[in-house]
Formats: sequence, C-alpha cells, structure tokens
Amino acid sequence: MLKLDNISMTVNDSNGGTREIIRNINAEFHPGKIYAITGPNGGGKTTIAKVIMGIYRNCAGNIYLNGEDITELSVTERAKRGIAYAFQQPPRFKGLNVKDLLQIARPSIDDKSLWKNLRDVGLCPEDYLDRDVGPGLSGGEIKRIEIAQVLSRNTVVSIFDEPEAGVDLWTVQRLIGIIMSKYKNNPHATAIIITHNENVLPVCDEILVVNDGMIQTRGTADEIWPLIKGDIECKMKDQCRGEMGYEN
Amino acid sequence: MKINQLDMQLLNTISNLNGVPDGAVNIRLDGKAVLRNSTPNIKISSKENGSGLVVEVRPGTRNETVHVPVLLTSGGFVDKVYNTFIVGEDSDVTIIAGCGIHNDSHSNSRHDGIHEIVVKKGARLKYIEKHYGEGSGDGKRILNPTTTVTVEKGAFAEMEMVQIKGVDDTYRSTVATIHEKGSLKIVERLMTHGCQSAESDISVCIEGKDGSGQVLSRSVAKDESYQVFKAALTGKTECIGHVECDSIIMDNARIKAIPQLVAEDSGAILTHEAAIGKIAGEQLIKLMSLGLTEKEAVETILAGFLR
Ligand SMILES: Nc1ncnc2c1ncn2[C@@H]1O[C@H](COP(=O)(O)OP(=O)(O)O)[C@@H](O)[C@H]1O
Ligand SMILES: [Mg+2]
Repeated sequence: MLKLDNISMTVNDSNGGTREIIRNINAEFHPGKIYAITGPNGGGKTTIAKVIMGIYRNCAGNIYLNGEDITELSVTERAKRGIAYAFQQPPRFKGLNVKDLLQIARPSIDDKSLWKNLRDVGLCPEDYLDRDVGPGLSGGEIKRIEIAQVLSRNTVVSIFDEPEAGVDLWTVQRLIGIIMSKYKNNPHATAIIITHNENVLPVCDEILVVNDGMIQTRGTADEIWPLIKGDIECKMKDQCRGEMGYEN
Repeated sequence: MKINQLDMQLLNTISNLNGVPDGAVNIRLDGKAVLRNSTPNIKISSKENGSGLVVEVRPGTRNETVHVPVLLTSGGFVDKVYNTFIVGEDSDVTIIAGCGIHNDSHSNSRHDGIHEIVVKKGARLKYIEKHYGEGSGDGKRILNPTTTVTVEKGAFAEMEMVQIKGVDDTYRSTVATIHEKGSLKIVERLMTHGCQSAESDISVCIEGKDGSGQVLSRSVAKDESYQVFKAALTGKTECIGHVECDSIIMDNARIKAIPQLVAEDSGAILTHEAAIGKIAGEQLIKLMSLGLTEKEAVETILAGFLR
C-alpha cells in the first residue's frame, strides 16, 4: 500500500515569495485497486504524481510504501522499489530508440514481450522498435511509448499521467482493458490514473478530485462520476470540438 | 615484424578486427607496412616517392572492403602519410581507415594522415574512420587527419568519422567537391574529455547540378575540453545542402560551432541547424524513474547521442 500522509509542497513564485502548490494531501492506495485523480488543469495532479515518484520533494508530510517511509529516497531508489510514472509530457531522446527505452524499463524483457507491449499501446512493433524517440515522433507516439515503458515493468505502484492525451479512442479502450487485467485484483500492484476521460473514470475503484492543491472530494466512481460528469463532458467539447484528445 | 597482443587490441578498437581480415588490407605500424594484401579487384601499392599508399578499386567492383588501419605504439613516434584512394566507376565498396595511438612515454605521438579520395562516376563508397588514443604517459596523443574527397557525376559517398576517446589534440580538415548528381553525406561523432582540444574544419562545395551534400555532426565535450566545429557549405548551382551540428556540453567544457552557407546560384537550397546544450534534466529524471542511477542515466544518454 502507498500512503500519503499530510503531504504539502511549496515552490518559489516569480515575486520572490513562496506558493503552496499542494497541501495536506492524505490518501491511501491499495493493491488490486485502480485509482483516478481528476480535477481542473493546474489543480496539482501532476505535482502529486511527481512527489510520489520523488521528482519533486514534499516539504511537509511523509510517504510510505508498504510500511516503509520512502520520503527521503531518491527517484532511482523509488523506481527500484516498484514505483513507476508515465510522464504527462515525456522528454525526447536523440539517439535512443524505442527498444532501448523498453529494455531500460525492463532489462530482462524478451522479444515477445517487447512486441506485446507496443501492440498494447496501439503501435506496430515492426515500425517502431528501432525508431529514435527523438524529434521525428509525434506527441501521440511519444505518449504511447511512455505508457508502454510503465506497462512493461513489474511495479508496485504505476502512475499514468493523462494517458488518453493524443491517443485515439480505440487505443484508450484497449488500454483500459490492459490496465484492468494488470492491476485489478492484483494483490501486489496498484494503478493511479490521472485522467479526465469519460471512459476511464467509471472503471476506477476510487476517484480523487484535486482542485487548488487539495483533495476536494473523493469517493467511488458511482458517487463521484455524477458530480463531475457534466464538467468533463462539456470540457471535452470545448477543448477538442468533439475530437478525442486534448492538450494538457 | 609481428603484430603483438597490444597492437591487436588497438586494431580491434579502431576497426573491429579480430585478426587479419580477408580481402584488401594494409596495416601500418609505427610508420611501416606490417601487412599488405591486394585482391584481384583492389590493388594496394606504395607511392614511388614513398610518401604513402595508392589504393585502386577496379571499376565495377562490388561488395568488397579495404582495411587501412594505422597504429602508433612506440612512444613519441611522429608519423606522416599521404594516401590516395581511387574508387573506380560503378563500384560499390567500403574503406575502413582509422588510427590508434598507444603512448606510455613522455613525448608526444603524432599522426598526420592525408587521405585523398576520388569516387568515380556512378560509384558508391562507404568510408569509416575511427580515431582512438590510450596510454599512461604524459606524452600527448595527437591526430591531424586531412581528407579531400571528390564525388564525381552520379557517385555517392558516405563518410563516418568518429573520435570517441583518448586523443589529446586534433585538427581535422575535410574538403569535399561534389559534381553533377553526386551525393555526399559526412557523419561526424566526437567526444572530448580532460584537457583535450579538437577542431574540425569541413568545407563542402557542390559544383554540379542536382548535387547534394549533408554534414551531420554530433559531439560531447566534457571536463575542461574545447571543441571548434566549422562547416562551410557552398552551392554553386542548383543543389541541396544541409549542415547540422548538435553538441552536448558538460562540466567546464567549451564549444564553438560555426556553420556557414554560401549560395552562388538562386537554385541552391542550403540549410543549417546548430544546437549546443547540456543534457536536459527531464531526460535524466525520466531514465532515473526507470531505475537507472544518475550516472548510468548520463552514460546512457551520451552513448545514444554518439551512436
Ligand atoms: N516546478 C514548479 N514550479 C513552480 N510552479 C509549479 C511547478 N510545478 C507545478 N507548478 C504549479 O503548480 C500548479 C499545479 O500544477 P500541476 O500539478 O502540473 O497541475 P495539473 O497536473 O493538475 O494540471 C500549477 O499552477 C503549476 O503552474
Ligand atoms: Mg498535469
């Protein structure tokens, strides 16, 4: 189980002062369950993910993974303990190809799994394994490769940051299936999905709504979905005029 | 003269050879040819004045490889050579050159190699040159390669020039002329560390209609090292040319990149891109979030970049 115990994080703002971008976050993420974090842009969702991965350091509170206090551990140490994070905006690499990244993600990976991982995110392995993860790939392609890396690992906690962005509806449906079969009722693994997606949210066991750096409300999909459904549906139309995928 | 274990290792580093290769070969060790072999299609001979080699590839020769490595292993040796390569019409061959220096002494070891390459009408050439230095002495390991290449009508040449480690001082000059429908691609990979300095001066002139030239350079400068990269591309007629220099800078290193385009015809399409920057923090964090340490992440990024 991953436990966030009263996590806050402050950054320096442009006027020389400080600003709390998340505060008093308390949450438990249990194995076998799928969690959604949703809420408006700028609410603090990515910040929570980065604090869990160790990319950002929280200035108050503690993080526990299966009882161990990991608050002081580095990104690498947390990765080795089974925390994985699929970036909202993954970086590009000149000279590293898709296969390289999947092999770094999972050093023991065999060819069969490499192929399966790419197909799972809607990419044809023949076309992509040797492609540079550089400027030649589209945002949607980079995003899928990012998700494939996390899916390829054996993790305790996997966080997907807006996996639906730039990914077509068919692949989103397929991803939901894969995430369900990989994490639901798995006694060792938890998935946390940062999402606004109307197809993803209803399948999650618990939804946390983050707004203004705080958990505004939380509950089962049945409880929360009706509350946010209106917002999300109209937001979808706003941002993409009815097409799937939108920025940030 | 025999090739010992040390020489063999050096040879392997610069040309991936594990023994004497099949086909045409000339291995030069401390100024002397220790092994030479011609084939029916590729003739290797000494120049009359003794200044170097002439390698002649017969027209129409296909899928053959020539190895012409140079090794400097006695400390303080200064070697100078002038080689000429004639790649005959419609042939398709690979030339693997390169120089390895092992210097345990306190005097400088230096190799000044001049390669003159002519790729005849319709021929295809792949040219690979790797430079490497090692050794415990404080004598420097210096390499000053000069390459002139002429790509004749409809010919194609790809030149890969790599200097990854251990060369203290280098001045590389490459001058290319491309004729009608000829095409040349120069790929350069350079890594400098410690107090090394490296300068590469590439000048490509596209003289023939529909010729094309590309210079793609990637380099990494670490520690206190210094790099200068000059690439001048001239288009004298309707042609396409592109220069790209992309560098990663680390520690206290310095890099100077000077791309230059000269168009002498309104049909010349010439472009350049130059970028110098350190490794992006996001890239490091991404790889660390997959379980690499920071050091491993840096090494992985650099190895990929220079691949
Ligand atoms: N490193 C940072 N430095 C300063 N402000 C930040 C930093 N990271 C995020 N923020 C700010 O914190 C707020 C929450 O951002 P984020 O967690 O990315 O939101 P979300 O993912 O919910 O859209 C935003 O106002 C953002 O500008
Ligand atoms: Mg975000």
